[in-house]
Amino acid sequence: MEYVIEMNNIRKEFPGIVANDNITLQVKQGEIHALLGENGAGKSTLMNVLFGLYQPEKGEIKVKGEKVEITDPNVANDLGIGMVHQHFMLIEKFTVTENIILGSEPLKGTSIDIRKAEKEVQEISDRYGLRVDPKAKIEDISVGMQQRVEILKTLYRGAEILIFDEPTAALTPQEIKELINIMKSLIKEGKSIILITHKLKEIMAVCDRCTVIRRGKGIGTVNVADTNESKLAAMMVGREVSFEVEKTEADPGEIVLSIKDLEVQDTRGVKALNKLNLDVKAGEVVGVAGVEGNGQTELIEAITGLRDSSGGTITLSGTDITKFKPRKVTESGIGHIPQDRHKHGLVLDFTIGENILLQTYYQDPYSRSGVLNYQKMYDKARQLIEEYDVRTPNERTPARALSGGNQQKAIIAREVDRSPDFLVAAQPTRGLDVGAIEFIHRKLIEERDKGRGVLLVSLELDEVLNVSDRIAVIYEGEIVAIVNAKETNEQELGLLMAGGTREAGEKHE
Amino acid sequence: MSDNQKKTKQVLTGLAIPLIAIAFGFLAGAVIMLLSGNNPITGYTALIQGVIGDRYYFGETLQRMTPLIFSGLAVAFAFRTGLLNIGVEGQLIVGWLAAVYVGVAMDAPMIVHLPLAILAGAIAGGLWGFVPGILKARFQVHEVIVTIMMNYVALHVSNSIIRTYLLASGQRTDFINSSASLESDFLSSLTDFSRLHWGFFIAIAAAIFMWFYLWKTSKGFELRAVGYNKHASSYAGMNVNTNIVLSMVISGAFAGIGGAMVGLGTYQYANILPSFTNLGFDGIAVALLGASTSIGIILSAFLFGGLKEGASNMQAAAGVAPELVEIIIALIIFFVASSYLIRWIMTRLQNNKEGK
Ligand SMILES: Nc1ncnc2c1ncn2[C@@H]1O[C@H](COP(=O)(O)OP(=O)(O)OP(=O)(O)O)[C@@H](O)[C@H]1O
Ligand SMILES: [Mg+2]
Repeated sequence: MEYVIEMNNIRKEFPGIVANDNITLQVKQGEIHALLGENGAGKSTLMNVLFGLYQPEKGEIKVKGEKVEITDPNVANDLGIGMVHQHFMLIEKFTVTENIILGSEPLKGTSIDIRKAEKEVQEISDRYGLRVDPKAKIEDISVGMQQRVEILKTLYRGAEILIFDEPTAALTPQEIKELINIMKSLIKEGKSIILITHKLKEIMAVCDRCTVIRRGKGIGTVNVADTNESKLAAMMVGREVSFEVEKTEADPGEIVLSIKDLEVQDTRGVKALNKLNLDVKAGEVVGVAGVEGNGQTELIEAITGLRDSSGGTITLSGTDITKFKPRKVTESGIGHIPQDRHKHGLVLDFTIGENILLQTYYQDPYSRSGVLNYQKMYDKARQLIEEYDVRTPNERTPARALSGGNQQKAIIAREVDRSPDFLVAAQPTRGLDVGAIEFIHRKLIEERDKGRGVLLVSLELDEVLNVSDRIAVIYEGEIVAIVNAKETNEQELGLLMAGGTREAGEKHE
Repeated sequence: MSDNQKKTKQVLTGLAIPLIAIAFGFLAGAVIMLLSGNNPITGYTALIQGVIGDRYYFGETLQRMTPLIFSGLAVAFAFRTGLLNIGVEGQLIVGWLAAVYVGVAMDAPMIVHLPLAILAGAIAGGLWGFVPGILKARFQVHEVIVTIMMNYVALHVSNSIIRTYLLASGQRTDFINSSASLESDFLSSLTDFSRLHWGFFIAIAAAIFMWFYLWKTSKGFELRAVGYNKHASSYAGMNVNTNIVLSMVISGAFAGIGGAMVGLGTYQYANILPSFTNLGFDGIAVALLGASTSIGIILSAFLFGGLKEGASNMQAAAGVAPELVEIIIALIIFFVASSYLIRWIMTRLQNNKEGK
């Protein structure tokens, strides 16, 4: 009995697309097995098959050598398979414990024994170093903690084999480190893990073996020790991928966006931006680097009109847009790639075509005297889908059915195509594969070269360093330093982001 | 090819749920008849006879459908924007009174008077929808609570207005002037002197209007976007609050016109209501069974209207208590609401078939 999980020759079709075509995945006991593939390659689908959410058209699944039929997630649970989904499935108003026991509540007589459950949750949490408060409400805890709740949920149900679908996409670098430690301690306790991630670094750091799939087909399985990042990338995309962003020297022009003494309060009424000043010129990319929660979200929302400011001004090419509503801001020429694509970027129940027109549907020629012209809308959508290589059966597919990466590409197509003077990109490559990241970085640079201003807000220091021309470091609601991207490095940025001063006050007052 | 097949299959699955629910409802009704010593075949034959067996019955069925279509549209319209309008009953009552008031108090050529009376119903209903809309948009008060309360306000306020200002004889107002009436001698004589009136066609037109507005106009696009995802809509520059208010006003206006149809068409007056008419509450069932689509609402209004109409013949010809119809309706709604279960059973069956 060598493998805990064997998925042999799995085939799964969706209307108009074969998501898994004869894929084989074999996972050894006690290993961390990476599943790598482009956006839309079929990774989540394959894992949903293993977890019993989808039934495969062909192929067999063996758990610990025995052939099984996983007809629904309960069967998967009974077989010791647990899954942490790409998008969390927690009830916001419930506490951690309530969420964890949902569906398998321990009873005391006829009522739920919440005390006992809380104690158990605490025990598991301590054992794997999850540091979760069993009594906290989901809506009050951070994304990283929510994810650990998902992990706890699977462990509480006795999972031996854990599936992680892009667990690190939504985490801060610090949270990622913690998660990696958690995974290591899980392995030590004898669990096996299947890890889906687009970050090759993570695969190199924690995984034992890696199975690569491309456009629904299995490409092969390799020992991580025998490979490297560029080999993996080439295997998955089918060509060489460059990790460096190719770009020429920026040629900045006039100032397009100018922020003066901006003051903004966060949702709780606490000051989030404290007299923030920042200028972005036409033809340059300014990166905003900072530890999460230092005012990035509020800055973006203030610029795009989603949040009122309590002081200061924002000027776009000479027009004061401080008090503009989102529609007015959009029409003035600002594009916005939001951080959370499901919550803010897309109407998942609309078609992908409708989503591409989500900001322009009311304009000529898509709408005349208030009547929509779907023909024109879908023509436009089709053109953008092609141009931005959004992989979807067609423009009338519900946005929900697209893979995460392709949803993101559709948003980027929409925002960049409106040809705004100024583009705010918040975490534009979160959850994207290396090929797509390369593509989007190139698009951002292209926009820059067309003479537009780009503000890139990202928690990914690599990305900020690679794409930006200048980097503004945000700390406690202020820009504490502006550095030239070429003249700095991760260490220095890290220091500045933590509130330190630049190189021992070298060029300070 | 297989793409097309799958599409058809999806449409069929969508239809299957209401149809199965209806079948179950009737099946359960049959069981009840058996248990209470009636022959279900005789019972249902009499029921069907009571709907299509006679031109009069058929005309009355269409007449009954008219306000049900409107209240169904009202519920569905709000629902598409993510709102639960439980206040259709109240909006319908105030629409009824307002239309009748204009019908009684004014004298004008029909071409002015009738549209004005209908408009009055729409405005009154719209106003009744506006209140919960604005409270939701401004203060995040849940619309379900406000609309339920507004139902009582509507009932008692209109009763008191009739009692104090408009009472003509017994419990009702004067008859409306004929220039504001929807009555049609032509339709009536066609259906053996039923109370069928022009309002039926206005209801069909309203259903077409809702479809067009929601799916073919940019405002409808916006309303549906807000209904699905408020956050993404406001990111895209749509004004969520305005859309919430607008949706409630339009929904209320549908209900109000439904009330106008009753006042200007069926009864020609308004009366002091001893209790709710239920026409508005039935709209929830109509919209639910009709999956909030225009065509679905027309069909399910026909079903419910027909059941209620046929009940009297079922009692007369087969001796089955007319309350059975209410039970069947309740069961159909129960089964639609548990459509999740039906869907689950269906996928189960399918998997079993494909598995072998
Ligand atoms: N429920 C569904 N209905 C129709 N098509 C679907 C459905 N789920 C996934 N697909 C399609 O199947 C393909 C594989 O999707 P999947 O979500 O498995 O990709 P993925 O490898 O997880 O991508 P990502 O890295 O972007 O999350 C995609 O083309 C997607 O559009
Ligand atoms: Mg995925």
